[in-house]
Amino acid sequence: MKPVAEAELHTYVDGGLSEEAKAEIEAWLRAHPEDAEKVRAYAEQNALLRTLYNPVLEEPVPAALLAVHPRAWRRYAAAAAIFALGLGLGWLVRGEFITPQVIPVSFARLAATAHAVYAPEVRHPVEVPASEEAHLVGWLSKRVGTTLKAPKLAPLGYELVGGRLLSGPQGPVAQFMYQDGRGQRLTLYVSRQRGEPRDTAFRFSQEDRVSVFYWVDGNFGYALSGEMKRDQLLQVAEVVYKQFNP
Amino acid sequence: MDRRLIIEHIPRLRRYARALVGDRYVADDLVQDTLERAWNKFYLWRPGSDLRAWLFTIMHNVFVNQARRRRYEIEQAMDELPAVAVRATQGEQLELEDVDRVLRALSVEQREVVLLVAVEQLTYEQVSRALDIPIGTVMSRLSRARERMRQLLGGQSVIALKVVK
Repeated sequence: MKPVAEAELHTYVDGGLSEEAKAEIEAWLRAHPEDAEKVRAYAEQNALLRTLYNPVLEEPVPAALLAVHPRAWRRYAAAAAIFALGLGLGWLVRGEFITPQVIPVSFARLAATAHAVYAPEVRHPVEVPASEEAHLVGWLSKRVGTTLKAPKLAPLGYELVGGRLLSGPQGPVAQFMYQDGRGQRLTLYVSRQRGEPRDTAFRFSQEDRVSVFYWVDGNFGYALSGEMKRDQLLQVAEVVYKQFNP
Repeated sequence: MDRRLIIEHIPRLRRYARALVGDRYVADDLVQDTLERAWNKFYLWRPGSDLRAWLFTIMHNVFVNQARRRRYEIEQAMDELPAVAVRATQGEQLELEDVDRVLRALSVEQREVVLLVAVEQLTYEQVSRALDIPIGTVMSRLSRARERMRQLLGGQSVIALKVVK
C-alpha cells in the first residue's frame, strides 16, 4: 500500500477523487485509524458548517441589496429615476451620478431599531422635550459634533416631541422625534460617519414595519424613520434634506 | 448586461459573508460593497468564466481592504477568544454555536479557505484563483484550519459531546 499524502485525505473528504483513488484511500483508512478519525472529523465539520450557514440561502434578500445598480445603468436611467422618485433635487445629480457612494445597510437598520424602541414610548419618548428645544439642539450638536437643528415639519403636520442622545457604532447619535395630530411618530437619526466626507443619494429600506430613508451628507449620516408608506415618508425626507441644505 | 446574472448569486454571497464575519448586518454591508464593486467592474468579467468565483474574489478584496482600513470589531473580539476546547452542554443548537465559535477562532485566512471549501464547495483550484494564492497555500491553510477546529472541538465527535456533560 503506498502511503497517502495528507492532501489526499482532504480531497477525499471534499469529494474530489475518482472512484479508483477513493478505493485506495479507503483501504488506507481501514489500516490507519488515526487518519480515519481525521477524515471523519473533517467530514463532520463540513456537514456542521453547511447546517449552520445554509439557512441564509432561504432568507429573503434585503431590498437594499437588490437595489444595488451598476453605475452606467444609473446614468442612463437618470431622467427616469428623477421623474419616478420625484427627486428633482440638485443634490441627487451631485451625489448619485457624479460621485456614487455607498452608505451601509446597517445604518438604516440601526435607525429603524432606535425608532422601534422609542417611538412607542408613552411616558418617556424623549430625554429632552420640545419645550426646551434650544437646549436640546445645543446639547446634541455639541455631542454629535456639528451644528444640528431640529427641522421644522409643522407644514407637513408634524410637531417636534423632543430628542435624545443615543450610542451608535461610530459614537454619539442624535435622535429627534416628531408626531402628527393622530399620534403617528417619525424619528430623525443623525450620526457622524467615519472616513472621507462624501454625499450619497437617498436610499430606502424597509425594516419590518418601519420605513427608512437614509443618506450621507458630508461627514454625517441621516436616517428618517416612520411606520408609513414609502411615498409619504419621502415627502418628509425631502423637506428635512432641504432644511439641512438651504 | 444582465442584472439577473449577479442577482442570482446574492444569496450565496450573503451566506459566505455571514459565515466570514459572523454579524448579519456587517455581513450584508460587505455584500453591498461587493455588489457595488462588481457592477463597476463588470466589464472585466469574461462571459463564460466562473462568475461566482469572480464574485468571491471581489468580496475577498473588499473584505481585506475594509479589515485593513478600519479593523472590524469582530476581528478584535476574535483575538480575545481563549484557545480552549469548547464543550457542548445541551442540545444540538448549542453544538452549532460551538462550531461557529471555533470558526471565529481561526485566522481570517484559514476561515476563508475552510468556508469556500466546506460551505461554498469550490474546488481547491477555484479557491486558489478566488483568493489569488498558490494551491499549496490553499492546502496548508485548509489542513491547519481543520486540525485546529478538530482540536478545539475536543478532538472527538461533536455528536458524542451531547452526552458529555
